[in-house]
Amino acid sequence: MPQQNINQDSFDDDVPEELPPPAAAAASTDALDALLDEIDGNLQVNAEQFVRSFVQKGGQ
Amino acid sequence: MISPDVPPPLEVDAARRIFGLETEFGLHLDTEATRPITPEEVAGHLFHSVVQWGRSSNVFLTNGSRLYIDVGAHPEYATAEADTLTDLIALDKAGERIVQDLVAGGEERLRAAGIDGTIHLYKNNTDSAGNSYGCHENYLVRRRADFKAFASDLLPFLVTRQIVTGAGCITRTPQGAHFSFSPRADHMWEGMSSATTRSRPMINTRDEPHANAELYRRMHVIVGDSTMAEPTTLVKMGSTDLILRLMEARVVMPGMTLAREMQAIRDVAHDLTGQATVELASGRSATAVEVQQEYIDLVKSHRGGIIEVNAEVEQILDLWQRGVDAVRTQDFSLIDTELDWAIKLKIVRRYQERLGCRLDDPRLARLELAFHDVSPEHGLFYRLQAQGLVRRIVDDERIEKAMTTAPTSTRAHLRGMFVRAAVDAGRDYTVDWVHLKVTGAQSRTVLLKDPFRSADARVDELIDSLVGP
Repeated sequence: MPQQNINQDSFDDDVPEELPPPAAAAASTDALDALLDEIDGNLQVNAEQFVRSFVQKGGQ
Repeated sequence: MISPDVPPPLEVDAARRIFGLETEFGLHLDTEATRPITPEEVAGHLFHSVVQWGRSSNVFLTNGSRLYIDVGAHPEYATAEADTLTDLIALDKAGERIVQDLVAGGEERLRAAGIDGTIHLYKNNTDSAGNSYGCHENYLVRRRADFKAFASDLLPFLVTRQIVTGAGCITRTPQGAHFSFSPRADHMWEGMSSATTRSRPMINTRDEPHANAELYRRMHVIVGDSTMAEPTTLVKMGSTDLILRLMEARVVMPGMTLAREMQAIRDVAHDLTGQATVELASGRSATAVEVQQEYIDLVKSHRGGIIEVNAEVEQILDLWQRGVDAVRTQDFSLIDTELDWAIKLKIVRRYQERLGCRLDDPRLARLELAFHDVSPEHGLFYRLQAQGLVRRIVDDERIEKAMTTAPTSTRAHLRGMFVRAAVDAGRDYTVDWVHLKVTGAQSRTVLLKDPFRSADARVDELIDSLVGP
């Protein structure tokens, strides 16, 4: 029985914990989408004018 | 009077290094006002409270760092001397908050002058007209006679490290737009030079150690991008430090001298597939992935020897390797919560999919600016970080502390204490990287040539004299 536990443990250890399951990747996309939903309206307002108006001399 | 009895330089461990980061911020006033307002005018309003506090728009703060307005009206923040990378990252992040904290006051003063608008500060490297400004890395190195040869050994590494450390950007060309590793790459014109605004080298060779010049030189790297994600800053500074450690121990570098550095840095920047090759002086050619792998392997081969093994070194090597692997395999999910270019590419692509637009769409350019906005409220990077989509290296508490307190293990500690004491006592003083001076009738100056020294009886006396009778 103890032996079995050890095997079980070492088997578990072989499973890379770092790799996110697909659900995590989907959750990350959801979080990204939620964020884009929030800022989308703001980004779309006069985007071109906003970007063009940011001009400054060069620095170092 | 300059105080005598300068203590001898401290004997320090060869692995100990002083780091610094200088960031020039983009300054943008978004306004409907009809009269033209120059960046200089906005910078003047932005720095009003700084001038009130320090009687100058060029000040050293109680955290030992320098805050000023640089060429082109760019607010610039140069971190105090840090001797660990985590201290450096905390100081760098503290600088973003320090400049952001000026925004409300600046907007208020603009309103009083009849201009309604929002000030945005960007930690990026280019404006919409293609003007460039920098992020400068400083590494204190031991002086040697062959500095130029020594520095040129670093160039193949610096040209190719952008596949890991680049900030990423949409590059617009007459043929269309594409995503590149580094916005700064296109603005580099030579490998090494002592000039900066005229020629833009990758390494500035001006001999300005801000320390005992018999012992030290400063490796002033100006090819890097400003980086938002803490892990990116860690791997940018950390990998460069590891290579410098080997070079200082006179380890022979991989034979990767580039035939044409300026061509190479552009070719690497514009090829996200990592397949572009650079021509080596030997006549061979190699991809950026191959060049970086040589450097990683070299560092790994000295792990446990010249490179002492510790958790931070392992963390740097791990991320450096995963960055190179991500480009090699084109699996960007390996690093898209840690490396700037991949974090940015992910959200740019997602937004592009949603809009169904081309990459040169102005809404994506707008998204890019939002990414680099240092405002915790408007800044897209900070919203991603708050959502847990970006990995952290230091916590908020440490950054908060670094806004007012210098690292205790370097010269910055002495400067920070002095500035605080002089301000509290209401005394006139001047400070630079190596001097602390009480001005006025009984002027006294202390010269601090050793950046590793964080305790000095002369400074204690100077501080005592401030509050004395």
